[in-house]
Amino acid sequence: MRYLLRRALHAVFLLFGASLLTFLFSALTPGNYFDEMRLNPQISPETVAALHAQYQLDRPLPVRYAHWLNAVAHGELGFSFAYNSPVAPLLWVRARNTLLLTVTATLLAWFIALPLGVWSAARFGRAPDRVLSWTTATLLVVPDLVLALGLLILAVRTGWFPTGGLVSVGFDELSPFHKLRDLASHMTLPVAALVLATLPMLVRHVRASVAEVLDAPYLRAARSHGIPRRKLLYGYALRAAANPLISLFGFSVGALLSGSLLVEVVMSWPGLGPLLLESILARDLYVVIGGVLLSMIFLVAGNLFADVLLYWADPRIRTVASPK
Amino acid sequence: MSQRRKLTKWLVVLVFLHCIVAGAGFFAPYDPVEQDRERPYLPPMRVHLMDAQNHLHLRPFFYSLRLRTGSFDQYEEDTATIVPLKFFEHGVVYHLLGFAPAHLHLFGASGARIYLLGSDAYGRDQLSRILYGGQVSLLAGLLGAGITLFLGALVGMAAGYYGGWRDELLMRVAELFLALPWLYLLFALRAFLPLAVSPLEAFLLVVVVIGMVGWARPARLVRGVVLSVKERDFVRAARGFGASDIYLLRRHILPETASVLLTQAAILVPQFVLAEMTLSFLGLGVPEPMSSWGSLLASLQQYSVLVSYWWMYLPALAIVPFFLGYLGLASALQHRTSLYKIEEQGGWNLS
Repeated sequence: MRYLLRRALHAVFLLFGASLLTFLFSALTPGNYFDEMRLNPQISPETVAALHAQYQLDRPLPVRYAHWLNAVAHGELGFSFAYNSPVAPLLWVRARNTLLLTVTATLLAWFIALPLGVWSAARFGRAPDRVLSWTTATLLVVPDLVLALGLLILAVRTGWFPTGGLVSVGFDELSPFHKLRDLASHMTLPVAALVLATLPMLVRHVRASVAEVLDAPYLRAARSHGIPRRKLLYGYALRAAANPLISLFGFSVGALLSGSLLVEVVMSWPGLGPLLLESILARDLYVVIGGVLLSMIFLVAGNLFADVLLYWADPRIRTVASPK
Repeated sequence: MSQRRKLTKWLVVLVFLHCIVAGAGFFAPYDPVEQDRERPYLPPMRVHLMDAQNHLHLRPFFYSLRLRTGSFDQYEEDTATIVPLKFFEHGVVYHLLGFAPAHLHLFGASGARIYLLGSDAYGRDQLSRILYGGQVSLLAGLLGAGITLFLGALVGMAAGYYGGWRDELLMRVAELFLALPWLYLLFALRAFLPLAVSPLEAFLLVVVVIGMVGWARPARLVRGVVLSVKERDFVRAARGFGASDIYLLRRHILPETASVLLTQAAILVPQFVLAEMTLSFLGLGVPEPMSSWGSLLASLQQYSVLVSYWWMYLPALAIVPFFLGYLGLASALQHRTSLYKIEEQGGWNLS
């Protein structure tokens, strides 16, 4: 348990550091949201100064940070200038959509990568393995921006999938089944882009770590005991190879979050990505900080989940952690 | 030995690709900002050998395009006049590598403009824009990687060599940078820098932002190497002779980190080119009229372009060979480093 506790503490430290870092960056900003008002002759300098005071932009950085931390503790995440509302509810709606996309893509990518990687490792060096290696290498070379745009063009020209948006017009009148189908058809394109972008890396790692384990003496012994091939591969080899793969899982969450940011903008999916871009262009400070922090929370949650998985899968960690 | 051949092969491929982009002026038929308002969104022209009367021509030629009657964006080939394609033509003056003026182009045509990859909304030649845009994107990637490696080597050496609380502090910060999703970090950094700036300033800004994001991984790797190298006999001997810290770091420790830094460079450059593309694609990078691979793709955000003008997607494919080259180079380098490491460790164990 000490191990898990340490990981949790580490996560809190990461979140705290990230918030401090983004705040420090924000202190470097030349100008702010209200600067354009200065150019407007109808708005007096006093009004601008009053607005600055209202949003505490005239206070020193540590004070602002403390104030913001206090707001976070109350679940508010500061105030958006452009939307004239607290940031938290604004972000939550978008974050839900981003999570829907990322979680689906993560699960799908891993569900495809695991069997594919094991299958390939079992045929290490033979024709099917070679073909798969070449395919993943080719996919690896195509960056996600190119992939997403290509899929979009394909969809537009064939008309197979809706392009952009979360749901169709008139979504509320649909029956539950049709609602689900509508959502799924809207999700197909972004999820496909994300899965295709992460899949090659995952497959290659699974293949490499399983192939390494397959050579081990204990697996040869298990094979000579006559244990069925399927059980050998998935029960023994995959479990022994799990350690680096679980660490990779934590990493893949981060990669998918970055990827979804881009894919959301390209495919106009109403997630955190478009909101973040919009608020960067509008200099809406707290929305940017909140968005970055929220992505950190997802990432840390993903990593913590990976740590728990590791604790469950790898007895070595439990024995190291237990002596006290 | 074959590993060495592999390395050479990928290096040759990369040098070839970079030469094409560096010599954009020669390979591109036109100036990338020269507009032809009469011909917006012209589809890629086809080069023929057979004319409409089924006569074979020895010199490749093309038909110039004209608007189909009753249409405003559909073009058809004007088969009345043949425009021959000429190689090594004199054309627009350009500056090779930024300083040497020249006006020789790989190909061109007199009488009509040739658009091998179509034209954009202002009738600018896509091929020329892709070639010149590559200069911006690749330079941003290379410079960004340079900054990152410099920062990474500096931090890594300081942390590994001095150790103690400095090591703790630097590595904690590095962990933080590693943990942040890099695109969010890039966005956050870009968000707090000025938006409306001149093209050159914007380019430098993008380079600096990209360069600041990725230093954590090379720093950790360098630190690892430094930790092992600083205990080696030749370093201890040099210290015993009274060598200063700076001398030790520069003369004995930095060369040992070279292989790690080289491998990282091969991994980082394509990532940073992609980062530049992403920023420019989203309108946070280099502005018009400068072109980069990212900003060339930005027009695809309009639905009408996406539906009708597929050749606007071609810039995206330009980076694929570069990615392939860098990936091959990185894996060849990685292999070499790991071999080297194994040998080195084996030798160390024996002694």
